[in-house]
Amino acid sequence: MEKNYMKLEFLSKSSNESFARVVVAAFASQLDPTLEELSDIKTAVSEAVTNAIIHGYEYGEGIITLEAKIIDNEIEILVEDKGMGIADIKQAMEPFYTSKPNLERSGMGFTVMETFMDSLEIESKKGEGTKVRMRKKFNSLTSKE
Amino acid sequence: MYISVEKHKDNLLIQFKGELDHHSSEIVRQKIDQQYLDHGLKNIILDLRGLTFMDSSGIGLIMGRYKNCLEKKGKMSIVNDNPHVDKILKMSGLLKIINVYPTIESAIENI
Ligand SMILES: Nc1ncnc2c1ncn2[C@@H]1O[C@H](COP(=O)(O)OP(=O)(O)OP(=O)(O)O)[C@@H](O)[C@H]1O
Ligand SMILES: [Mg+2]
Repeated sequence: MEKNYMKLEFLSKSSNESFARVVVAAFASQLDPTLEELSDIKTAVSEAVTNAIIHGYEYGEGIITLEAKIIDNEIEILVEDKGMGIADIKQAMEPFYTSKPNLERSGMGFTVMETFMDSLEIESKKGEGTKVRMRKKFNSLTSKE
Repeated sequence: MYISVEKHKDNLLIQFKGELDHHSSEIVRQKIDQQYLDHGLKNIILDLRGLTFMDSSGIGLIMGRYKNCLEKKGKMSIVNDNPHVDKILKMSGLLKIINVYPTIESAIENI
């Protein structure tokens, strides 16, 4: 069984959105992903990190934790903030629901994560923060070694 | 992110290069709105072929500009051939209200 793990902490600045995407893409590259698989996980990570910045910390300063685990041909990604949390997760996950329509958010972030990854789990507590866990299997790698 | 904003009669043509996310969308929004409103233009054409990345912030940006277009009784068209961008556009439902063309010429002709 092939295993690997990484953890990274960074400030909730929008310039770190691309940083987080690139880190996960580089880490995932050992699984030999296709271009489409790679762009799918970059997009999902971007959504989760952007949410932590805009909603979790509401543009204030905080720490975002990014973890990634590889087990065989599957990657598990965790994005965590210690921000305001989500009161109603079910509502938050509805396509087109946004609590910030005046900021031109489309409310598609969680829908994108769900569609582009194999699974999405959200754990959140009001006033304590949010954990977003996503998994995706890469079909390109046949674990034959 | 690099964008070029050009006037073509009463159309505003915007060509994107690079990654469109929350970070880059703020400045892009300002640049587009300033040109569109200052020059009293009608239609907006977004050439997304140069994008190497787009997430839901791009959807929000397009929706917002589309609303401005409607207010001015103008139309919006998209130029795209990028499968990743197409996947996000499809998911957002934007393709039901905005036409996509393979070239700028065909977008301008049909607007
Ligand atoms: N990390 C978080 N902390 C607190 N609230 C969150 C967090 N992530 C999401 N939410 C809540 O869930 C809602 C839906 O999130 P989603 O990403 O689907 O849409 P959005 O961020 O509002 O818009 P978009 O992602 O399209 O720009 C948000 O509007 C917000 O209220
Ligand atoms: Mg979001």
